[in-house]
Amino acid sequence: MSVITNVSRRGFITGLVGAGAFVLSARYLPEALWAEDAGLMSALGKSVLHPDIFLGIEADGTVHIVAHRSEMGTTTRTSLPMVAADYLDADWKRVKLEQAIGDPKYGDQSTDGSYSIRSFYGGMRQTGATARTMLIQAAAQQWKVPATECSTDLHAVVHKASGRKLGYGELAAAASQLPVPKKEELLFKKKSEWRYIGKGTKSFDIKGIVNGSAVFGMDATMPSMVYASVEHSPVIGGTLKSYDDKAPLQVPGVRQTVTIDPFKPPAVFKPLGGVAVIADNTWAAFQGRKKLNAVWDSGPNASFNSDDYKKELQQTARQVGNVIRNEGDAESVFAKGGDIFEADYYVPLLAHAPMEPLVAVAEFKDGKCATWCPTQNPQAVQETLAQELGIAKEDVTCHVTLLGGAFGRKSKPDYVAEAAVLSKKLGKPVKVVWSREDDIQFGYYNAVAAMYMKAAIDAQGKPTAWLQRSVFPPIASTFNPEAVHGEAGDLQQGWTDIPYSIPNLRVENGNAKAHVRIGWLRSVANIYHGFAVQSFSDELAHRAKRDPVEYLLELLGPARKVDLKAFGYPNYDGSADDYPLDTARLRNVVELVAEKSGWGKRKPGSGSGMGIAVHRSFLTYVATVVEVHVNDSGEVSIPRVDTVVDAGLVVNPEATRSQFEGAAVFGTSIVRSGEITARNGAIEQSNFDGYPVARIDEAPRQTNVHIVENDAPPAGVGEPGVPPFAPAMCNAIFAATGTRVRELPLTRNKLGKA
Amino acid sequence: MIQLKVNGKSQSFQGDSGMPLLWYLRDVLGLTGTKFGCGASLCGACTVHRNGKAIRSCVTPMSSLAGSEITTIEGIGTGGQLHPVQKAWIEANVPQCGYCQPGQIMQAISLLAKTPKPTDEQIETGMQGNICRCGTYQRIRAAIKAAAGVQS
Repeated sequence: MSVITNVSRRGFITGLVGAGAFVLSARYLPEALWAEDAGLMSALGKSVLHPDIFLGIEADGTVHIVAHRSEMGTTTRTSLPMVAADYLDADWKRVKLEQAIGDPKYGDQSTDGSYSIRSFYGGMRQTGATARTMLIQAAAQQWKVPATECSTDLHAVVHKASGRKLGYGELAAAASQLPVPKKEELLFKKKSEWRYIGKGTKSFDIKGIVNGSAVFGMDATMPSMVYASVEHSPVIGGTLKSYDDKAPLQVPGVRQTVTIDPFKPPAVFKPLGGVAVIADNTWAAFQGRKKLNAVWDSGPNASFNSDDYKKELQQTARQVGNVIRNEGDAESVFAKGGDIFEADYYVPLLAHAPMEPLVAVAEFKDGKCATWCPTQNPQAVQETLAQELGIAKEDVTCHVTLLGGAFGRKSKPDYVAEAAVLSKKLGKPVKVVWSREDDIQFGYYNAVAAMYMKAAIDAQGKPTAWLQRSVFPPIASTFNPEAVHGEAGDLQQGWTDIPYSIPNLRVENGNAKAHVRIGWLRSVANIYHGFAVQSFSDELAHRAKRDPVEYLLELLGPARKVDLKAFGYPNYDGSADDYPLDTARLRNVVELVAEKSGWGKRKPGSGSGMGIAVHRSFLTYVATVVEVHVNDSGEVSIPRVDTVVDAGLVVNPEATRSQFEGAAVFGTSIVRSGEITARNGAIEQSNFDGYPVARIDEAPRQTNVHIVENDAPPAGVGEPGVPPFAPAMCNAIFAATGTRVRELPLTRNKLGKA
Repeated sequence: MIQLKVNGKSQSFQGDSGMPLLWYLRDVLGLTGTKFGCGASLCGACTVHRNGKAIRSCVTPMSSLAGSEITTIEGIGTGGQLHPVQKAWIEANVPQCGYCQPGQIMQAISLLAKTPKPTDEQIETGMQGNICRCGTYQRIRAAIKAAAGVQS
């Protein structure tokens, strides 16, 4: 829901569009205010003192649309404005995008959680339709005909009866004088009239990307800036005891060293603290750092060793935890004995490793700060920098560059804060560049997790009681060091929402203390929860000597809408009416992926196998079949992947296919080699040698993405492809080799015959 | 002093001769299309051409480049036109975030110069040094085949 305002006559817009332009602003309302209460709406409308440009049309017909979400490769910067352009009936070739700075007036700009399309589709649609309606009204007035006789045809209003036609540019000045129509007067294009929605366009930025002119954070510069590289305590929370402030100065180009105070817990997004080497170029700063010889007091996290920690998690997973969903009485079924099956699963810490390491340029001047940075969350940049600099967040201007990958890491602006703090200390613009080693060793890791699964099995091989318990250091620990349990937001991710039809179902969560900063990585807790549930389901199918697809459909049970309110399910902030947990859609994607992959029809040869998994996350239903081949040396290749996606209305199918192709590769990295470990509190991996990610010869050879045609409200597409991939691949490995993978990554498992 | 050509233009370098070409291109010449990804020849984001062959600029010191002709992503097209491989990249809609793609394109052009009609295996061998974390490999493969005029 949006409040749309005609702001054509306000002076502050001249930076973007010329005089006489027609400009609408839209102000997004928080979901709680969606009720169309006229009094409330008008009150809010009046409170909009500085509404921002959202959509503007110039006299030459150029359409400007503000992209307020960050572009990290999902094409959201293109796809959202495309919705407005379609409802405006604009020519996409005449649309220019303007990237928004961070400002609460844009509404939520935190580009994560696969939220962008579902949160802003409605606002974009309404804004485009409002502008189109006003252009039609302007033309009708000029022609002195009823507006109902007029329509639009690609960037022009037409009056068919008289054959007259006026371009949007010609009408902009007249439209800018009109009042904004009421919502019931708006002329929304019909689905059959869509030009772009459901068809898609390429990224607005594609040409700049292939010719090298696109500006990522790494490419941002400011006049007379200096370069900085920051040495951090290898153990989180450590403090600097001593360092050599002379030796770095011997490196040509190094200017000075500067210390940054260690953060006071909680970590949040504060700079870690350490010693910065300031230089004339990035290379000199890196070289100077090697000569710092910094000595640290490691602090309490020095006791963190991943091998011991894994045992702790697994022990906790075998003890009763917090019960977060309980139907029937699983415990008494288990107490009766009979056929009980248990299994433990484990997924380690994972790092984001976007191809662009963390980087930011900032200038603190006259009590204000400006930054150019690749961030998923420019408003968090404002808040964090304001706190660190002791200024108001309104005095922080955050310009958002393109992001060279992010996957959740660039939601946490600790690196931007470093640049700002250094700029304040030095009195000049600073560019902070993290090395790959910094990126791998100072992450906000996806949590390490242990899952314990237990089922009581009847004579037909079906579970009559089911217990699942997960244990992981929660994201909340980054904001509150005392937090040891998963919150509803973590547990909703493939855990409390287990969609199976089992009479006795118990879902638990145990406690775990964090020793590194825990964050969110593409699909987050769904990664480990989905791995456990879908691997365990496959184990039960094989144990019952049943076909895994048929067995999975039986577990899902009859088509029904699961009662989410019964266990207080957050549902990714989607309402249960718009976004029910619908097992019919889960069943449909399973059946479709079986058909598309040739499940049961294609017979993989010796050493080959197919595996299936289904998972709903971010309100999107996904089933994936992975085919693997495992040779005698235990080397795994992935000739084919089939994925079926039901994400409701899909705005940009081409971009959506890319997201799911990419998710298969992301999942491959998790399965093959994704593992961050600590020894004495310090991260052991440091670059792509120790933390390999999938290369072209390790990735799936062919990923077929099948999008279900569906008019349901749009859901997410950036993340939901990841969770089913790992279990589908490991289930395929079992089919191929008889070896069950319960611990990721594969390097922890022996697959070969030798 | 080190004399070299970058995108056809003569340059002379007088700084720290241990500085890798990557940082000379980016921080000194302002040619930021060549990307920093790992600093250790592990990811290929920094790939440029030296005398027509792909090299990793992040580990190539300036001291080794006297008399070299360096071509970067900014210089691979001709007369304002994109290189055919760049066009194939757009046609196949390869990029997601796009950060690794200049390196991928430079590597692919070098591969095709040596192997004009590559097989899947040759593409894998030729491109395995270039990481794409977004996972666009399938489209990279398709774009290379399209540029080479071989069937997918």
